[in-house]
Amino acid sequence: MSDIIEVKHFKKRFGSKQVHKDVSFSVRRGECLALIGGSGAGKSVILRSLIGLERPDEGEIRIDGVEITKLRERDLLPVRRKVAYVFQNGALFDSMSVYENLAYPLREHTKLTEAEIRGRILGQLEEFGLSGNESVFPANLSGGMQKRVGLARAIIQQPDIVLYDEPTAGLDPYNTKRIQEMILALKAKGKTAIFVTHDMPSAFAVCDRVAMLLDGRIHAIGTREELEAAPGNRVSRFINGEEL
Amino acid sequence: MQQFAAHLGGKALDLLRQLGGEWLLLRQIFKEIRRRPLYARLIVEQVYQIGIRSSVLVLITAASTGMVMALQFGMGLEKFGGKLYVPKIVSLSIVREIGPVFCSLMLAARVGAGIASEIGSMVVTQQIDAIRALGTSPVKKIVIPRVLGCIIALPLLTALGDLVGVAGGLLVGLHELNLDPGFYLEKILSTVTITDYMTGIGKTFFFAAFIGLTSCYFGLGVSSGTKGVGQATTKAVVASSIMILISDFFLTKLFFIFFEA
Repeated sequence: MSDIIEVKHFKKRFGSKQVHKDVSFSVRRGECLALIGGSGAGKSVILRSLIGLERPDEGEIRIDGVEITKLRERDLLPVRRKVAYVFQNGALFDSMSVYENLAYPLREHTKLTEAEIRGRILGQLEEFGLSGNESVFPANLSGGMQKRVGLARAIIQQPDIVLYDEPTAGLDPYNTKRIQEMILALKAKGKTAIFVTHDMPSAFAVCDRVAMLLDGRIHAIGTREELEAAPGNRVSRFINGEEL
Repeated sequence: MQQFAAHLGGKALDLLRQLGGEWLLLRQIFKEIRRRPLYARLIVEQVYQIGIRSSVLVLITAASTGMVMALQFGMGLEKFGGKLYVPKIVSLSIVREIGPVFCSLMLAARVGAGIASEIGSMVVTQQIDAIRALGTSPVKKIVIPRVLGCIIALPLLTALGDLVGVAGGLLVGLHELNLDPGFYLEKILSTVTITDYMTGIGKTFFFAAFIGLTSCYFGLGVSSGTKGVGQATTKAVVASSIMILISDFFLTKLFFIFFEA
């Protein structure tokens, strides 16, 4: 399978701190990659850079063959239609209802009629177990529901790639399982995904490979078995909670 | 002394950073305003939020200012037999200066704070990032409607505020200074020209742009959580008020050059 996401020699500095020294990795089409690492390692910055919300100081990012780091905001639009970003807390528009949140990308980027938009939204809400919440405002939803609505909004344009920024953080086991099931369902539809998380059971449950970001570089990348087969190394110590 | 110089230097740098940032935002507005869609519904919504919802505050301020000015001038000038000049002085100063500046300062306090805190909260909760991630522009969706909303609403509010302020002065002139209503109205109409009225309102287009732009700039610049939202709100109100007061002198001078020449 070909690589749909390629990150090469990614470097980024915040103030005097060189957070990313040289990060390189790639993700194959249809694959789900978990990006793990300690807090402040810069996982979310990489994820945000994949959609142009941040720009690296140096390095290349290719999405489906297109180098995006030099693109102007306007030229990033085709990339952003191909790549969905699921924010940690949903980032729902609090002045809009659930229905309006989901309608937003469809009204902006498609020529669908209001009836078609309605049909697609209701279908999506049903699939995500959110039926009946169309007119509810985000402030009145639970944390788990907000994350599910955020996920529903992100994928309503049927993107090829989904970027998850800690989608299970702060959720109870029931909601964590529901999010995992949704991600697996999307994976079954052939979506490529990068999953930034500290939640190792979720990472192993939904991802094909795991990459560990350490000291500004990808310290290790591989399947769960490959990473666990290296006893005493920093990856297995991190996974087992023995080391940051 | 060295500390004071460093503090002053820091403030000067902050000011330069702010002016540069606002200039870049303005450039982006000019770039994006030409592209479709214009989001007319969002602009109308902002005109309502800014104009209609600020009208009570602005009209009360205008009425109170007109009444107090008439009372102060009336009592002060009475000692010198100059009470008859009250209609001229009050109406001219309201229409040319006090009305536009007070309306703008009121709007800067009410609307500027609201815009900065709303956008700041959107930054903190990643809603601005979400707008970008969903392939839309925060400048087009958030900034342009608010700046245009201010530019449309403030001159209208000022036009109304001027009338209410002059009417407030008239009310005090009749009841407290015992001036004849016909005399008062005749003096207003013979003193205040359409040019006076329009130059006063003309200045508010600039003031409105300062309020909208400055508030959006500080709102978008929030980076340190809810504390940052509070700081941005304060800075937005202070900066736009100062810009209104400083630019008022230069705009007045400019209008004098153009209209009095």
